[in-house]
Amino acid sequence: MAIVPNPHGTTGLLGWIDDRFPLTKIWRDHVSEYYAPKNFNFWYFFGSLAMLVLVNQLVTGIFLTMHYKPSALEAFGSVEYIMRDVPWGWLIRYMHSTGASAFFVVVYLHMFRGLLYGSYRKPRELVWIFGMMIFLALMAEAFMGYVLPWGNMSYWGAQVIISLFGAIPGIGPDLVQWIRGDYLISDATLNRFFALHVIAVPLVLVGLVVAHLMALHEVGSNNPDGVEIKKNKDENGIPKDGIPFHPYYTVKDIMGVVGFAMIFCAVLFFAPEMGGYFLEKPNFTPANPLVTPPHIAPVWYFTPFYSILRAITYPLFGIDAKFWGVIGMGASVVIIAFLPWLDRSPVKSIRYKGPIYKIALAVFVVAFVILGIMGFKEANATNTLIAQVCSVIYFGFFLLMPWYSKLDKTKPVPERVTMDH
Amino acid sequence: MSETGAVDLDKRRFLTNSTAVIGGIGAAAAAVPFLASWKPSARAEAAGAPVEVDLSKLQPGERITIEWRGKPVWVLRRTPETLAALDQDDARVADPGSDKPQQPEYAKNQHRSINPEFLVLIGLCTHLGCVPVYQPEVTADWNGGFYCPCHGSRFDLAGRVFKSVPAPINLEVPPYQYLSDTKLIIGEDGGVA
Repeated sequence: MAIVPNPHGTTGLLGWIDDRFPLTKIWRDHVSEYYAPKNFNFWYFFGSLAMLVLVNQLVTGIFLTMHYKPSALEAFGSVEYIMRDVPWGWLIRYMHSTGASAFFVVVYLHMFRGLLYGSYRKPRELVWIFGMMIFLALMAEAFMGYVLPWGNMSYWGAQVIISLFGAIPGIGPDLVQWIRGDYLISDATLNRFFALHVIAVPLVLVGLVVAHLMALHEVGSNNPDGVEIKKNKDENGIPKDGIPFHPYYTVKDIMGVVGFAMIFCAVLFFAPEMGGYFLEKPNFTPANPLVTPPHIAPVWYFTPFYSILRAITYPLFGIDAKFWGVIGMGASVVIIAFLPWLDRSPVKSIRYKGPIYKIALAVFVVAFVILGIMGFKEANATNTLIAQVCSVIYFGFFLLMPWYSKLDKTKPVPERVTMDH
Repeated sequence: MSETGAVDLDKRRFLTNSTAVIGGIGAAAAAVPFLASWKPSARAEAAGAPVEVDLSKLQPGERITIEWRGKPVWVLRRTPETLAALDQDDARVADPGSDKPQQPEYAKNQHRSINPEFLVLIGLCTHLGCVPVYQPEVTADWNGGFYCPCHGSRFDLAGRVFKSVPAPINLEVPPYQYLSDTKLIIGEDGGVA
């Protein structure tokens, strides 16, 4: 029985597969004939690095589950067992815990790249929204992962974060009990967090990464000039400013991997706890429901949002300040997803934007960093005031953008991408 | 298909939509067991069950500690002198009328209990969850109360927090009710709370 031969003209084993499965088509569409702008710079390393860290987390995570015990009685001991008795267990565990922080470093820089070059602008809104969903899934994943070692900060961090849901009027207390599966954070909570951390959220995360890349490859990559390369195509329909992803960017990204691996390994081998910022000190004692650590602070990547949560200290409409803190924290993450519609500038890239956006972005970054620092500190009157000012700046950057991005004096955007930067 | 052979589009749309709606309801119903499986299990409920306390052997001024849901619960039998001293403490405590929601409605009073004689409290400091120490000895500026050794918070003999200590609010009163004059049940109040 004859079949329709595949359009790629491949023969042999590959031809046999291509007659039945779009292997060559996928390779060409997404790698060897995916034309990316030729002017990518430093900031374009972080997408591929995020994928690398994701693979690191998946592989090390799978190996950790082979020794870890998701039970309140055994969890802390099994992590110590991994660290001391499992051959190379310490390396796998530190690769996973350092990888969590590396993931957020890379993702924050990846998102900042979007802010620099307007990567969220039309037609890339869905790329951005899928990216924000990845960020949310990542936060859930990191939070639940931090609970699993069942140290005292695991316990009390979970206590603080889960109790936030109790601030929701009406359903709050029942919702908290439903999440915990008990009257206190307990074995039931740990066990379900384990299931979510190792199966449910990773599945969602991988699915979202596929959607993020499919949306990106449908519309094509942005670049530091914010010029649409698809507007200028040669006689073969190939963008004049585009170069095939493979070999050009595969090779470039491998260079990025080398640089990243050097820094990552330095942290991994010399400062895996990062002085208490990656793995907090109270987490080296087992969870104790009766003894609270003297100072509860989240891991560094959550501190900016935690600061916003604590900055809201006034009750509103007769509802507790705690509830509005939760709303503020949620809004501070969700509002980023609306950037494609908040930015009304006629240009995409910061290269052609005017001074207003440059100043706004700089002030925003400073406010974000200060919020991050404040999230570690005790909430006294001065710190709360600083956090409040920075929270206003944080939201102002987004909410005022429709006006200041329109007012800004922009420069003319070139027809083609530039290479002299 | 109708007798004439023409497709009845209205009928087809109705059948498609009704199938989708019924299927959707079925899918939603199938989600119920999975969502409900997250509620406290029978084992957790048994471990968190209400605890009965016999008050008949409790002497005036004596305190007993009972465990309920993994937390220490104190039952203290107060003397008339102790209760009278609460008046003096009113000016020195942060929330004398128990306005902050740290107790069921029936304990929202000066003595923070149903029966003034018996005080029921969760024995965890509201600062950072340490267990405060019972110090009934009366001195010139101390009418008896609870002292937290961790960070020095102080509470009077109604569990009311003193001003200018690290703990922000009064000790928590758990839900409870009297089964008889000498029998308490902690963790159950007939849905009053």
